[in-house]
Amino acid sequence: MNFVKKRIYFYTLSLLVIIPGIIALCIFGLRLGLDFSGGAMIELTWQDENKAEEVVKEIKNMGRKEIVVQSAGEKAVIVKIASKNQEEAKNLAEEIKKNLTNKVAGVTEKNFALVGPTVSKNLQSKSIKAVIVASLGIIFYIAFAFRKVEKPASPWRFGVAAIIALLHDLLVVLGIFAILGHFFNWAELDAMFITALLTILGFSVHDTIVVFDRIRENLRLYPQKLFEEVVNSSLLQTLSRSINTSLVVIITLLTLFILGGETIKGFILALLIGIVSGTYSSIFNASLLIVSWQKFIEKRSLNKSVHSKPA
Amino acid sequence: MIKKYGTFINLFFILSILTIAILIDIPKGPNLRLGPFFREFKIHRGLDLQGGTSLLYLADLSKISEKERAQAIEGAIDIIRKRVDGLGVTEPVIQATKIGEKQGIVVELPGIQNVEEAIKMLGQTAQLKFITENGQEVLTGKELRRASLAFSSAGGGQSVPEVNLEFNDEGRDKFATATKENIGKRLIVILDDQIITAPVVQTVITDGRARITGNFSVEEARKLALQLNSGALPVPLSLAEQHNIGATLGDKPLKESAIAGLFGIFLVMLFMAIHYKMPGLLADIALAIYTALVIAIFKFIPVTITLAGVAGFILSVGMAVDANILIFERMREELRKGKLLSVAIEDGFRRAWSSIRDSNISSIITCLILIWFGSGSVRGFAVTLLIGILISMFSAIYVSRVFLILTAKNNRLANFLRI
Repeated sequence: MNFVKKRIYFYTLSLLVIIPGIIALCIFGLRLGLDFSGGAMIELTWQDENKAEEVVKEIKNMGRKEIVVQSAGEKAVIVKIASKNQEEAKNLAEEIKKNLTNKVAGVTEKNFALVGPTVSKNLQSKSIKAVIVASLGIIFYIAFAFRKVEKPASPWRFGVAAIIALLHDLLVVLGIFAILGHFFNWAELDAMFITALLTILGFSVHDTIVVFDRIRENLRLYPQKLFEEVVNSSLLQTLSRSINTSLVVIITLLTLFILGGETIKGFILALLIGIVSGTYSSIFNASLLIVSWQKFIEKRSLNKSVHSKPA
Repeated sequence: MIKKYGTFINLFFILSILTIAILIDIPKGPNLRLGPFFREFKIHRGLDLQGGTSLLYLADLSKISEKERAQAIEGAIDIIRKRVDGLGVTEPVIQATKIGEKQGIVVELPGIQNVEEAIKMLGQTAQLKFITENGQEVLTGKELRRASLAFSSAGGGQSVPEVNLEFNDEGRDKFATATKENIGKRLIVILDDQIITAPVVQTVITDGRARITGNFSVEEARKLALQLNSGALPVPLSLAEQHNIGATLGDKPLKESAIAGLFGIFLVMLFMAIHYKMPGLLADIALAIYTALVIAIFKFIPVTITLAGVAGFILSVGMAVDANILIFERMREELRKGKLLSVAIEDGFRRAWSSIRDSNISSIITCLILIWFGSGSVRGFAVTLLIGILISMFSAIYVSRVFLILTAKNNRLANFLRI
């Protein structure tokens, strides 16, 4: 099998997933969860059977744009009120609860949350900062760990390629969630989603480094081989490990997704998509990008030397 | 270490650690008591797992000088703690936090029922002020030492509830000056922007005592005294965030998820045993020991377990298994080259080490950065992942290795190691 030769197909497949995702991100954006939008969330449960549909309709009929309502099973509903004004959101939540108490028996408030704009803004900037600093930390560490890598490979290229693979995985998840959020009114950007992205970040880099490690070792063992040959054999040698490790994580996540509680499904789904993408990018993107980079540089210097030759 | 002391000593070491871990792990197991040091071992569940209320207050520090800010926040935390104690919440968390540029205080009240009441109790400023007729401030609650409920006999033999105030030294002097300068005029007592009473000053009061009389009921007077005692907040706080969590995961979904998680780990073990046979089985034992160790450390530190923390733990299980897979794949390669079993084991570990090291160090860097920058759930995630990674390295490199070497020494079992 020659992965290196077919790299253009692998890049294309990645782009086929990422580009629609980016478009969806740009047009629809992500549905902001309470942590980011600010506002109120109230979860109400009641005793009567089969009222969920009616309740949802009732709340929708209030005609307020900032209110998103979702049924959670037969006897519960989650209402989210996106608003920068805390007082207003709180009053609206109370109004909804009061209206419902008049219509359905045994209404109780199971969850209530109120988030002010300072907090939501802060979470956003803090998360972005954390991801950027973590990425820089990873680039520097990889460059350091691969500092003795055999020429012509360069330690910085390994670091940058790992981060590109990482961005690939984050974009895949963000894009798919933008699409899911828009069309299925599901999946939103909240603190849990950020946690999922961080988990994916960790897994993606972890996975990529294992492949890089093998390339580093093979470069040392077979200095006479071409760089792209070394990369290809390294990929093949680590293939079964990459797949087995991912299988292990996917098994755990799938059981959690199927058997686990309703509230963590979105979170688990994000992880599942990210892990699959992480495995793919560590095999079919990260190392191959280094080959492409290398070839690009070789070509350029070749052109230069051709051009600089005296006529 | 492994070669130096012989495998059985290593096995003994592993078993001792495991025993300690299991002692900590078992519910209602023994607690730690070392002289005055006492630690109760229990899993601390975060609010999202056990339900409760989390409140975030932002402090308005605009009127406080740069130097006194830290102290003001400290003071506010002390007062809130007293008020929380009055609510009878077990294991509350009260912490200073930074929200961007702003200072805030996080209050977590696990398992609280009456949220509105709690917010009222905590957030009220109870700022006491004495001002003169022309609006000059002479005293504040800061100079108060103690407030108590008392009864004065009014005309007609009735006893009327009132609140007695006792100022500290500074307050005594201030009060003396104020009464001296205002004889015949009114001193107005204001609590939380409401005029409580405005008596005419009759004489100079030098003993630092004052009474607040109003039309109080006994209950009102008692409450006022309590509020004044538990202190005026040194800084105005506003409620910026409130989460009342009826255990999002609730008891039932939590159980479902826990069972799902255990089932997942079981499937992973099955996969390892089928795919890698004997070594896989050994890795499974190492994984079980790993789980026992991690839970023991969660209980020992203690780490508050949230949903995000569980995610970190799951990822670390993946990484622990990954380390084993890396080693076995390497071992398999070395065996295919026709190496002796014991040599293949050693070489497998040696060669897998650089990838285990580098991938885990990069994860550790990520964790540290997230602990540093992140807040709330992000930090919870990073902490459990960090602990998990550290233990997973110990488990994969040391525990699995001792098991493998031990098995290789036994002629009958060794044959099963040839994967």
